[in-house]
Amino acid sequence: MLDNHEGHVTADGRQIGGVVMELKNITLRFGGVEAIKNISFDIRKGEIRAIIGPNGAGKSSMLNVISGFYNPQEGDVIYKGYKRPRMRPYQVARMGIARTFQNIALFEGMSVLDNIMTGRMNLMKTGFLSQALWWGRAAREEAEHREKVEKVIDFLEIQAIRKTPVARLPYGLKKRVELARALAAEPQILLLDEPMAGMNVEEKEDMSRFILDVNDEFGTTIVLIEHDMGVVMDLSDRVVVMDYGKKIGDGTPAEVRSNQAVIDAYLGVAHE
Amino acid sequence: MSLDFLNAIEAALNGLSTGIMYALVALGFVLIFKASGIFNFAQGVMALFAALTLVGLQSGQVPFSHLINAAFGTSIHNFGWNVPTLLAIPLTVAVMVAFAWLVERIVLKHLVNQEPIILFMATIGLAFFLEGLGDIMWGAEVKRLDVGIPQGGNLWFEDNTRWLGMGNPDFYGFYIDTLNLVAIVIAGILVTALVIFSQYTKQGRALRAVADDHQAALSVGISLRFIWVLTWSIAGIVALVAGIMWGSKSGVQFSLSLIALKALPVLILGGFTSIPGAIVGGLLIGVGEKLFDFYMQPIIGGATENWFAYMLALVFLLFRPQGLFGERIIERV
Repeated sequence: MLDNHEGHVTADGRQIGGVVMELKNITLRFGGVEAIKNISFDIRKGEIRAIIGPNGAGKSSMLNVISGFYNPQEGDVIYKGYKRPRMRPYQVARMGIARTFQNIALFEGMSVLDNIMTGRMNLMKTGFLSQALWWGRAAREEAEHREKVEKVIDFLEIQAIRKTPVARLPYGLKKRVELARALAAEPQILLLDEPMAGMNVEEKEDMSRFILDVNDEFGTTIVLIEHDMGVVMDLSDRVVVMDYGKKIGDGTPAEVRSNQAVIDAYLGVAHE
Repeated sequence: MSLDFLNAIEAALNGLSTGIMYALVALGFVLIFKASGIFNFAQGVMALFAALTLVGLQSGQVPFSHLINAAFGTSIHNFGWNVPTLLAIPLTVAVMVAFAWLVERIVLKHLVNQEPIILFMATIGLAFFLEGLGDIMWGAEVKRLDVGIPQGGNLWFEDNTRWLGMGNPDFYGFYIDTLNLVAIVIAGILVTALVIFSQYTKQGRALRAVADDHQAALSVGISLRFIWVLTWSIAGIVALVAGIMWGSKSGVQFSLSLIALKALPVLILGGFTSIPGAIVGGLLIGVGEKLFDFYMQPIIGGATENWFAYMLALVFLLFRPQGLFGERIIERV
């Protein structure tokens, strides 16, 4: 597929490239329930793309489709110009799509460092047998990856808790460690499922700053879900609005804000 | 020291080596349970099957020979050559890895996300299948297994512990079978290797990740199916080690699969999810049953070893149901 958009530079000087992923007419059903109804939108390289909507709108389902946890009954996911076949979540992860979860999915029994190291699993080349046979090479590779992980740790300011078992961390820090693990994978697309859910104002501000910094520093494409309108409007370049499984709006925050259907969905509309 | 006390220590020492056996089987259970939440009833039979395969390869036995002979009227039993032990062991490992792969392909793959009880039933089926397969492939007679581990009383150990008797002419030092000493060393090496593997390698980290959270493991690109094949393979290798030791001691026979039952109280003591728990639990039960027998035999008679472990497990269930090292059970309301 040829890209029809050569990209542009945002007001704050970030480079937005062509379409990296396109979702075409996605429909997802659970038994008789249609969680997603015929939704299409695209994601451009380097942008922060938000998916918003009231509870139960199908936002998380959409994210699960992108990350391969759900396979839609209809529609195509086009990634880097190629139609993606049915895939398992770990295969999608290996294609450079990292994610976080709404209800934090960390390895509770492992240290923060080990958790983040698992993020680099796909980037490690040494296989199972060679690791056993050429211990030195494996150890060298481990050290290289460790270095990259330390950079992520510095970036997200979690040096102090590097060796702490994750189970002992407070909620806000767990969210940050989960972001670190996803970031360690050096993803092409980073999916964040309600990164600010359940946080206080201060933690939300921290998290917003990290998301912006990640995007700015590494040029990472970010897709995030949020139901807090305010946060999303400040963060994102473009917004998809969902309600009852349907797309009711798509555009820049300003466009979305003035969209009547969006206002109705959020504020409610009087029934005649 | 009184002779009675010294004899008790000797009993405990011998219990230690039985305990290692229990611990090895329990270890296989724990590995699979941690990674996939499956209680693998077939672990004991896997030890039997591994030992049977090893003996069969060593002695150049033709697999399925009875079946072939019955079907074609031939009378072949042996290839006529012996595979050296150093080659037979890696070959047996390969067979156990192939077995792990087949289990994943044929059984586990279709039972993903099923209730634990269904997976448990599947492993019971697997146990019976594997026992039958072992029988058809290699025959049911008791076989001698010799992988070159020295056997018989260890004179060196006896000589060097004689001084403990402090001149008591009735004490000749502790009697312990060399095989048991070797078993202790090998088990130590095995556990160290497992710890190094799980702590310092990429796959080991993946293994711990899967044991912790399936969903998160998927999201960082770990293939659950690969990890399952890996854990079942490791459990197969642990089973082989257990099979070699038990087989060297009392011959490879089908009662070997029954030691799996002794692993149950070990797991209740040690906790189902703890590797150190399996080791300590195994040793405690091994030593415990020997000591119990030693002290109680004059009072309540012998053969207490048959039930002591289960009684101990029952006591544990009453007072510490999560075991010594298991994760604490906290019910949130």
